[in-house]
Amino acid sequence: MNNEEKRFNQEEEDEEEESGRGREAWERTYADERSWESLQEDESGLLRPIDNKSLSHAQYRRRLRTATAARIQKGLIRYLYIIIDFSRAAAEMDYKPSRMVVVARQVEAFIREFFDQNPLSQIGLVILKDGVAHCLTDLGGSPEAHIKALMGKLGTSGDASLQNGLDLVRDLLNQIPSYGHREVLILYSALSTCDPGDILETIQKCKVSKIRCSVIGLSAELYICKHLCQETGGMYFVALDEPHLKELVLEHAPPPPAIAEFAVANLIKMGFPQRAAEGVISICSCHKEAKVCGGYTCPRCKARICELPTECCICGLTLVSSPHLARSYHHLFPIRPFDDVSPLVLKDFHKLPKNCFGCQLSLLNPGNFPGPQVACPNCKQHFCLDCDIYIHESLHNCPGCESLRNAKTISDMEQ
Amino acid sequence: MTPVSSKLYADDVSLLMVLIDTNPYFWSSMNNNTSFTFSKFLSHVLAFLNSILLLNQMNQVVVIASGYNSCDYVFDSSTSSMQRAECLLEKLEDFVDKDESLSREESVDGVGFSLLSGSLSMALCYIQRVFRSGPLHPQPRILCLHGSPDGPGQYVAVMNSIFSAQRSMVPIDSCAIGSQHSAFLQQASYITGGVYLKPQVSDGLFQYLSTVFATDLHSRGFLQLPRPVGVDFRASCFCHKNTIDMGYICSVCLSIFCKHHKKCSTCGSNFGEARKQDPSASDQRR
Ligand SMILES: [Zn+2]
Ligand SMILES: [Zn+2]
Ligand SMILES: [Zn+2]
Ligand SMILES: [Zn+2]
Ligand SMILES: [Zn+2]
Ligand SMILES: [Zn+2]
Repeated sequence: MNNEEKRFNQEEEDEEEESGRGREAWERTYADERSWESLQEDESGLLRPIDNKSLSHAQYRRRLRTATAARIQKGLIRYLYIIIDFSRAAAEMDYKPSRMVVVARQVEAFIREFFDQNPLSQIGLVILKDGVAHCLTDLGGSPEAHIKALMGKLGTSGDASLQNGLDLVRDLLNQIPSYGHREVLILYSALSTCDPGDILETIQKCKVSKIRCSVIGLSAELYICKHLCQETGGMYFVALDEPHLKELVLEHAPPPPAIAEFAVANLIKMGFPQRAAEGVISICSCHKEAKVCGGYTCPRCKARICELPTECCICGLTLVSSPHLARSYHHLFPIRPFDDVSPLVLKDFHKLPKNCFGCQLSLLNPGNFPGPQVACPNCKQHFCLDCDIYIHESLHNCPGCESLRNAKTISDMEQ
Repeated sequence: MTPVSSKLYADDVSLLMVLIDTNPYFWSSMNNNTSFTFSKFLSHVLAFLNSILLLNQMNQVVVIASGYNSCDYVFDSSTSSMQRAECLLEKLEDFVDKDESLSREESVDGVGFSLLSGSLSMALCYIQRVFRSGPLHPQPRILCLHGSPDGPGQYVAVMNSIFSAQRSMVPIDSCAIGSQHSAFLQQASYITGGVYLKPQVSDGLFQYLSTVFATDLHSRGFLQLPRPVGVDFRASCFCHKNTIDMGYICSVCLSIFCKHHKKCSTCGSNFGEARKQDPSASDQRR
């Protein structure tokens, strides 16, 4: 360990000497990976890797606690434009293989995650290059269409113009219904903006149109970006490396706390059509064609529709698929974070359950002592740490609470 | 569990999670109205489970009982090797007794529903554990043998389980053994790419199980499996837990209500002001 420490110190010195000059390839791998950041000093001054399972689990639980407290009200019908800077600056290779490729990869992951978490929301893509803003895709709800369009338009050139981008999306976002939540997410590589007019005026117009603008920078902090985010209520961060960029981008996927003045609450009448049996021939009302494949039936007028979501072309009812809505309900009814089982209780381990309630994994360490475990505050069942993460991140149900009829009615009455 | 890494898994090795409905009210109604009793049902299921374990010696079967008051694991072929049937029946009997003793209600209107959301959640936790065990693991799938009517109060929990299964690419097969179709199971199988089947003749359950649900996921591609007879996409309203095909959606939180409210009970938004500002929105309401 001590040897390792010495070696690290040496490298840092070397780097200082070399700063200003172009680095050799072998040096760059150290500089870019920042491998020293994944080390930590312990009490005696020795270096050890940070990646420690129980530590990361504790961090994860802290994050969970703050997250469940913050998300009470959210504007779930979101209209988001992603503005991507593909100017010359995006060709820089400080991200591997280049900023452009890394940004495209993260945007792809973001689009999938966004539609998973915001079922009725829509995304549009805008690209900044050669001093102008191109609208790559219009607002739409199909992740595949956006990803296909983006992957087909990779390439960098010219300068980026923040003002042109904002003007374009402001025009587009002004047309959406008033209950929609207007947002812009800008992924900005350049260190300057090449604008035709006064950008401060454009920022004020965005503020008036209630468009929440957020920027993620890839190089360094820019005053104009910070100003834009402050004025419109968005978030501004500069990414340090690819994992950090990923984290910053995905932070925009869950619905933001809706600020009451930003979106007008509304009750929308909607129908949940049944899907017809496969292989039944019927004439659809949207294309006026006889089709063999299974379509949907409007619950009000019984007209046949090919695809959801849509508006019934006979009676005008908004038709959605109910599972589409249900994808976001875990935000509304989050399950409570599980409690650590205190060492005091663990001493009494003969009374404790021996297996995780969810996956049946033994909760005993070798030597028959109780290992790390958590308990649901509601149903008091014990779970292993892996189930804890799975239950809160993906399942969003407590298996213990769901398998107790009586406990469920009690908690319902409390609410 | 035998260390998974020491085995060699082919793509046709299955982990079958079977959820059986033990709701006593459902089975007593089946007893009164049909000749298909719980013991007949069990004999069909046991024969089916044995045939799964004989198809491939590395196949694994886990049985979870969804009762009226609780859910529990009743059988795991990786831990109990000998005398499968006895082991399963013994645990099942204990479970049914315990489930009955938890009952607080004296009378139940109708058949009541069993705790499908609980057993589904447990099955998914078990499957995640198998996924974590390493890159080599059997191909998991879930089979719901369900007869009780859907419990509208479980709507959100069942949907959450379905989406989690979909994300992990675990198909949920379902076999509706009651008299009605189940909207929950139709949606579960449709969304996760599983098979939904409602047998015409309950007495032939074993035949349906062995022809439709016994094949591993890889071999399914070569079969003509039953096509869905349509999917019931109705949802439950949050205010009365009624099943509805048309309703009002809160634009802030997407809660579903069966009639017009002034205020959203989930997120607290008021729906009054919208009418003045947005004439097109009030048109939609009519
Ligand atoms: Zn059509
Ligand atoms: Zn209609
Ligand atoms: Zn577990
Ligand atoms: Zn619980
Ligand atoms: Zn209602
Ligand atoms: Zn609401």
